Amino acid sequence: MCGIVGLFLKDKSLEPQLGAMLSEMLISLSDRGPDSAGIAIYGASSNEAKITIQSAKPEHDFRGLDAELAKAIGAPVSIAAKSTHAVVRTTPAKIDEAREAIQALRPDIRIMGAGDVVEIYKEVGLPEAVVDRFGVREMTGTHGIGHTRMATESAVTTMGAHPFSTGADQCLVHNGSLSNHNNVRRELIREGMIFETENDTEVAAAYLSSQMAHGKNLGEALEGTLSDLDGFFTFVVGTKNGFGVVRDPIACKPAVMAETDQYVAFGSEYRALTKLPGIDNAKVWEPEPATVYFWEH
Amino acid sequence: MPAINLSKAGREQSHASRVFDLAEMSLRELNQALHDLAPGSNETAWEVLHPRGSHSVAVGVDQPVAIDVRGSVGYYCGGMNDGGTITVHGSAGPGVGENMMSGQIIVKGDASQYAGATGRGGLLVIEGNASSRCGISMKGIDIVVHGNIGHMSAFMAQSGNLVVLGDAGDALGDSIYEARLFVRGKVESLGADCIAKEMRPEYLELLQGLLDRAGVTGVKAAEFKRYGSARTLYNFNIDNADAY
Repeated sequence: MCGIVGLFLKDKSLEPQLGAMLSEMLISLSDRGPDSAGIAIYGASSNEAKITIQSAKPEHDFRGLDAELAKAIGAPVSIAAKSTHAVVRTTPAKIDEAREAIQALRPDIRIMGAGDVVEIYKEVGLPEAVVDRFGVREMTGTHGIGHTRMATESAVTTMGAHPFSTGADQCLVHNGSLSNHNNVRRELIREGMIFETENDTEVAAAYLSSQMAHGKNLGEALEGTLSDLDGFFTFVVGTKNGFGVVRDPIACKPAVMAETDQYVAFGSEYRALTKLPGIDNAKVWEPEPATVYFWEH
Repeated sequence: MPAINLSKAGREQSHASRVFDLAEMSLRELNQALHDLAPGSNETAWEVLHPRGSHSVAVGVDQPVAIDVRGSVGYYCGGMNDGGTITVHGSAGPGVGENMMSGQIIVKGDASQYAGATGRGGLLVIEGNASSRCGISMKGIDIVVHGNIGHMSAFMAQSGNLVVLGDAGDALGDSIYEARLFVRGKVESLGADCIAKEMRPEYLELLQGLLDRAGVTGVKAAEFKRYGSARTLYNFNIDNADAY
């Protein structure tokens, strides 16, 4: 099973409600996956870059990290903690250095994702608990994706939860299971990609990051999944300014999309879309198998 | 899309219909009330409000009642229907009318995967498009789709009739047994052992009857092509031994 959602706003007036809308969408699919849940929100651009970090011992790991990190990288750093997660903000040019310094200063901290605008929150538990824990309903943004997991392929842990992020401002949620992920992972490792887990979905995320690093746009990268990834998948993907959907050619994992002048929305089921504004007059359709859909701001 | 003339039961909006608002009542209450109907009950008209993509709406109906569902439904709407006339005034999720025994289901919008799967009888009408695996393993049901159907439709279909006014996706009728497939538009590809067949007068008559029952007007049976089993997979062919 698993339930996935995505929301890409066209109407700026809805941006303050993005977190609330996406939260409701995900909670409505709770019975598709009770193991863990996660959401990625693409917020407003600023002159700082962000790293979302996670720790099992946040009181210990986050305390004093801002000052230590600022000293290590020689740039201003701020940290906003939310439960087990925290968002580290610093100068964009220092982002890679900051990642390395965090790992050196606090080896138990895990990096959830990084970029100019994305924040990623994911934990074991039901969507409602995860959304409440991180105050996702109050978050504003331009687009976001979410996932509630029924694990089949790897352990039920924070790191095994979706979304997976393997490139700046890139992340992916997946319903399905991949059968050639070990081979693809080996090839990507040889290319220099770094993996945090044994999870099949992380391989799909890294595959897209690798394709885009080679100059492909989101649509072209998604096209590549159809020939290079084997297995069952419906992917919903976010980039800094884009939002994409693709289903494998067999397309047995469910998917519904809705589009109005105000937004493009994705849900594993229509249930996820019923509270969206103007849904009764939206264009609602089932995305075709082996067909790439993507939108960019 | 051709004009549609709803079935008698579906058209009659009885003023005395029993209304279930799923925004206020549980799905279980609705389905239990439907299952509690005794033969010959006077409560023959039902209306379901705010289904909001709920699963299993009006599953297991076994009395000849008319149920109007005002909105879109999730998985398995009208599953195992035995005699009810269920109209979905919206779209249906996966498995609408799965294993229907008799009666009628009309979906005014689109239907997701495996509409009418394993159906043994009755009539399923999809006024929009149906997606993949429509009529998979059908065993006697009649399915009429006004729009298109997706890939792998009528896979291992055993008996019954699938009528498609639009186009069919890849691998239509793969490993088909004795179901009859009628497609008016283009067929992307035929599955293993499925072939185009001659439209003999008895099939034109059968198809016209199905179109009439489904309320389709303005479309002639002669506009369709018939597909069915080449029957070459029925018995093991020793020349294929190497393939296993």
